Amino acid sequence: MLDTMIDIVAGTFMILGCLMSLAAGIGMLRFPDLLSRMHAATKPQVLGLFLLLSALGLELRSWAVIPVLLLAWIVQLLTAPVSAHMVGRAGYRTRHLKRVTLVADELALVVEEAANRENTAHGQKPGSNRTDFID
Amino acid sequence: MSPQQRLSDAKNESGQRQRATLRQELPLLVWMVLVWGALWQDFSPGNLVFGLVLSLLVVNLFQLPPVILSGRFNVRLAVLFAFKFLWDVVLASFEVMYLAVFRGPKTKSAVITVSLRTESDLLVTAVGHVLTLVPGSFVVEVDRRSSTLYLHVLNVNDQAGVDKARADVLDIEARLIRMMGSKEELAALNAETKTAARAADAGEEGTP
Repeated sequence: MLDTMIDIVAGTFMILGCLMSLAAGIGMLRFPDLLSRMHAATKPQVLGLFLLLSALGLELRSWAVIPVLLLAWIVQLLTAPVSAHMVGRAGYRTRHLKRVTLVADELALVVEEAANRENTAHGQKPGSNRTDFID
Repeated sequence: MSPQQRLSDAKNESGQRQRATLRQELPLLVWMVLVWGALWQDFSPGNLVFGLVLSLLVVNLFQLPPVILSGRFNVRLAVLFAFKFLWDVVLASFEVMYLAVFRGPKTKSAVITVSLRTESDLLVTAVGHVLTLVPGSFVVEVDRRSSTLYLHVLNVNDQAGVDKARADVLDIEARLIRMMGSKEELAALNAETKTAARAADAGEEGTP
């Protein structure tokens, strides 16, 4: 009886986890630009992995694997934001973004101000006045 | 701790690399020993001691600038935070799923500036990690000198959405400060919420 219950819960977790990974994939395809896509790569994917690891923990029925599964998830929690930040930062700096999808861009003001300061201090540099090449 | 000190805390005043003390490295060592045990799926004393020896070796061979801890850690709030965090991850995931399937290319977003209250590197990092996984944002750029985060927030349609996203991030920071911020930061936060509550009271009395 208990075994069947655990099996049912584990099965539900696995299906939900797969759905979350599928959602991440759909997000990759459907979101308009790189910055939006990074959201799909972080949130549903982290929950999807959590659900799959939980299902694994339930099915294996061994306490010894719990720390490994937990460790795998914690490492994912620590690395996913870092990769999102690095890719997003590089994407923003190389202007791989669609400005039309942005309601507000408060970083652009800061960048512009810094560029102006730079220009008045060192004069115009080649390439410093280039415009967005994606949108 | 002045911002200037923070920028150069990898080196001390005479320009030499700063070494972490054993006390500062203790949480790292404990974590590494636990990882070692988890990987071997064996928490017997012998294995843990060998893990500790390896951890000490690694910590001394690959030195990192010390992570400065506040010396405060509220376990009860940490457990509450963990459960709330897990629940928020579920909500955020379903939200992104909904947006991916039904909104797709029409999704609007925003890049916003959030000035954090804290000056601690550890807290700024923690806030950055949590907000990436939870409400629907991730860090595009960090200004360490002024503890300012520049975030990309998904599903923002107007200025009200921008303000809400900013308030959400400051709320995450407040919860993290209550959990593990320094005494000074906690006192500043309490004073801030008190004046905010008083202002709200005054506002209610003012309007008939």
